[in-house]
Amino acid sequence: MADVNVAPPAGPPDPPPPADLPVPAAIAGLQLAMPGAILALSFFVGDWTVVVDRTAILDVARHLRTASGAAFDICSDVTATDWPPRPERFDVIYCLFSTTHGQRLRVKARVADGDPIDSVTSVWPAANWLEREVFDMFGIRFSGHPDLRRILMPDEWQGHPQRKDYPLEGPGELLLENPLDWLKLRQARDEADIE
Amino acid sequence: MSSPTPQYGPMFDTDELVINMGPQHPSTHGVLRVVLRLDGEKVVDADVVIGYLHRGVEKLSESRSWAQIVLLTDRLDYVSAATSNVGYCETVEKLMAIEVPRRAKYLRVILSELQRIASHLLWLGTHAMDTGAMTVFLYAFRERELILDLFEEYCGARLTYNSMRIGGLPQDLPPSWDRKVLEFCRIMEGKLEEYETLLTGNRIWLERTKGVGVIDGAEALALGLSGPPLRGSGVRRDVRKDEPYAAYDEMEFDVPLGVAGDTFDRYVVRMQEFRQSIRIIRQAMQGIPEGPILGKVPRLIKPPAGEVYHAIESPKGELGFFIVSDGKSMSPYRFRVRPPSFCNLQALPRLVKGHLIADVVALIGSLDVVLGEVDR
Amino acid sequence: MVELVLIPLLKIIVVLNATLLGVTYMVLLERKVIAWAQSRLGPMRVGPYGVLQPVADAMKLMLKEDITPARADKWVFTLAPILSMVPALVVYAVIPFGDQVHLFGRQISLYITDINVGLLYVVSVTSVGVYGIILAGYSSNSKWPLLASLRASAQLISYEIAITLTLVSVVLMSGTLSMVGIVTSQASQGVWYAFIQPTAFIIFFIGGLAETNRAPFDLPEAEQELTGGFHTEYSGMRFALFFLAEYANIIVVSSVATTLFLGGWLRPFPNVEFLSFLGVVPGWCWFLLKSFVFLYLFIWVRATLPRYRYDQLMRLGWKVLIPLAIANLILTAIVKVALA
Repeated sequence: MADVNVAPPAGPPDPPPPADLPVPAAIAGLQLAMPGAILALSFFVGDWTVVVDRTAILDVARHLRTASGAAFDICSDVTATDWPPRPERFDVIYCLFSTTHGQRLRVKARVADGDPIDSVTSVWPAANWLEREVFDMFGIRFSGHPDLRRILMPDEWQGHPQRKDYPLEGPGELLLENPLDWLKLRQARDEADIE
Repeated sequence: MSSPTPQYGPMFDTDELVINMGPQHPSTHGVLRVVLRLDGEKVVDADVVIGYLHRGVEKLSESRSWAQIVLLTDRLDYVSAATSNVGYCETVEKLMAIEVPRRAKYLRVILSELQRIASHLLWLGTHAMDTGAMTVFLYAFRERELILDLFEEYCGARLTYNSMRIGGLPQDLPPSWDRKVLEFCRIMEGKLEEYETLLTGNRIWLERTKGVGVIDGAEALALGLSGPPLRGSGVRRDVRKDEPYAAYDEMEFDVPLGVAGDTFDRYVVRMQEFRQSIRIIRQAMQGIPEGPILGKVPRLIKPPAGEVYHAIESPKGELGFFIVSDGKSMSPYRFRVRPPSFCNLQALPRLVKGHLIADVVALIGSLDVVLGEVDR
Repeated sequence: MVELVLIPLLKIIVVLNATLLGVTYMVLLERKVIAWAQSRLGPMRVGPYGVLQPVADAMKLMLKEDITPARADKWVFTLAPILSMVPALVVYAVIPFGDQVHLFGRQISLYITDINVGLLYVVSVTSVGVYGIILAGYSSNSKWPLLASLRASAQLISYEIAITLTLVSVVLMSGTLSMVGIVTSQASQGVWYAFIQPTAFIIFFIGGLAETNRAPFDLPEAEQELTGGFHTEYSGMRFALFFLAEYANIIVVSSVATTLFLGGWLRPFPNVEFLSFLGVVPGWCWFLLKSFVFLYLFIWVRATLPRYRYDQLMRLGWKVLIPLAIANLILTAIVKVALA
């Protein structure tokens, strides 16, 4: 149903926060500790987002986890969005929550296709499967991840389904044109496994 | 648990047994597959393999209109469709800044809590069944049937309700429905005693659940547990309290907490949640205001460009929706579900290590995962 | 000729058929009782109130395809169900269903035979039955059945000892190993052994649950854990044999318990004069009634309790039941000597 006439968007709007809105202590603390890492700040419908440098993500994560003003101990979600026209086409998004302060924060890092990003599993073990899913669906590599395998798709799957250039119907040459060959291939492999 | 390779005499040559539990196994609750490495019956290592029910809901949503996606959310946690509906609709409402009428908020609370009871009943039944107590299963399904009847009367469906609309609800309550809900609450309270008689004081049940799969609060948080498994470890985290949505800020209820973080505590937390849910339903039924049930929603739903994350407390845990709209097309640019079952299941390999096969089954039950939501 | 061959043969035929019929209806009884416990109806479609359900089940099982896994040990795989069914049936040879009856002008005893080592025979034959389970698990060449057979052998060792020890205390009381002798000695002592040997009785019942792999000790076939356990790979009639053997074993345990602890065919309070009107009911009816109480208990327990875990089961066997049984045995011996 996607509108064909409309040019694909080149990235999220990420509206900057209104000037009169005070910045939460957690973000202020991060600005103070790592001024170079923060690329942009954004505020939209009540959610704060920090766009950080890809290479600094692990330090940012560590700071947000440990700094007393932040203490984001729950990593709710790790996900990504794909903006193909942009050179750094992927946004990797971390949704954090702090039980001590009861507040949320989103951290975002821009990653180009093929570039790795540091895994935050050492900071939040919960990110393990979530990063695996991002790898599976977008093909973003997380360096330092203990077990970077596909998680939802079969191991031998070609391509990364959540990318915008991946057709909704799936990889045509594999499944649609000669499904029987594909099944046979699978079966032969399975039987070899059993033997 | 202490040493992965047990010490035997020199004459024995022992070997580890790798065994596939699932995807077709009576107690993996659908199509979960766990590859277990066993030493005797003791689990040395477990690898969870998921994806057998992957239907690409996130990808599919990128080509569906905003209103159609409500129907896809039904199929995420298919034993708790109403809460998924609430979660999605509220996320879109947050994105579009739609004001939901108070009556609709109250109805959402009532439906969510009924759904929570239904989902917990299914958990109770299957969890008890997994440990061999077959009668509780039938009892739990008997009461779940009453809730399904209530939902059927409300929206015509028994499993996948599609019972929410962006901006409110599709229809008001049917006549005398409120009386039936209160009657159900009365019945349910009596039946809870019945379940507890069969399980809570039962010596075998205690032996099977106490000290099994212990996880402390800090580790549970780190591993991303949410919902009853996290509260079972004593962490006071409930989205309904921390970030109130719908009309939960007007409700008075307690957050039951466990102490030891074992299977028994997770069981006790859920049993208490039944009672809290009944309490919330009664309050909501009493305080339900008159008024419209659908807010001012544009005929064409086309949210402004931007990103939004919104979480609710589903029966399984924190159910989050992360939605990106590009403001131009008729469907979301990116639709992401933060599935509580998926994140809770992540803790399974950690929990089962050093336990026996029978405990693996009990632990899968105690995490209460629904594979429809894990695999999406 | 008639006394030596024909009558025993007829008895065997009657007992065998009655047992097999009883076993099939035991399945129905179990389904019905559990259904009532769970507030549902149970089988209702085949015949009035589902009374023909066992026939339908038997037909279905016999018509099913009999599958042998490609990599199974075929001989053992075939042998295993037979090995578990036959002992369960053979035990009935020494079970006394009643005293003597007059039929066609003859004095006929309501047991196939009465051997002087009857109890020993029961113990040894029933313990062969578990080999069927162990071999089934081993020969299937599949991992879940293998685990089940390991569980079965561990379970056998822990519970056989406890049960046998309780039997010894009964033998101490009666002074005979003959099954008929044990019943008659209960009549002459005027009390059922369940009342003077309550510990032995309870241990025997718990051990009996474990011996027959019934809930809460149904570990070798724990469906939710081992996907059906030792009979995972079995289908059709071979599966049915395992199924029938389990129920036949339950009836055996019930019958033995009735004989040893509840006075067999004796009416309640056999030496109380004013209750002698109870003697109108023939002995075999009392026997069946008492056995039925046991069968009902077996089913009731299954509907109520969750399953023990493997290590807890072993702990219960070795740390609780066996010491208790030994203590009971020693106490019985001391009291017996003191009274004598």
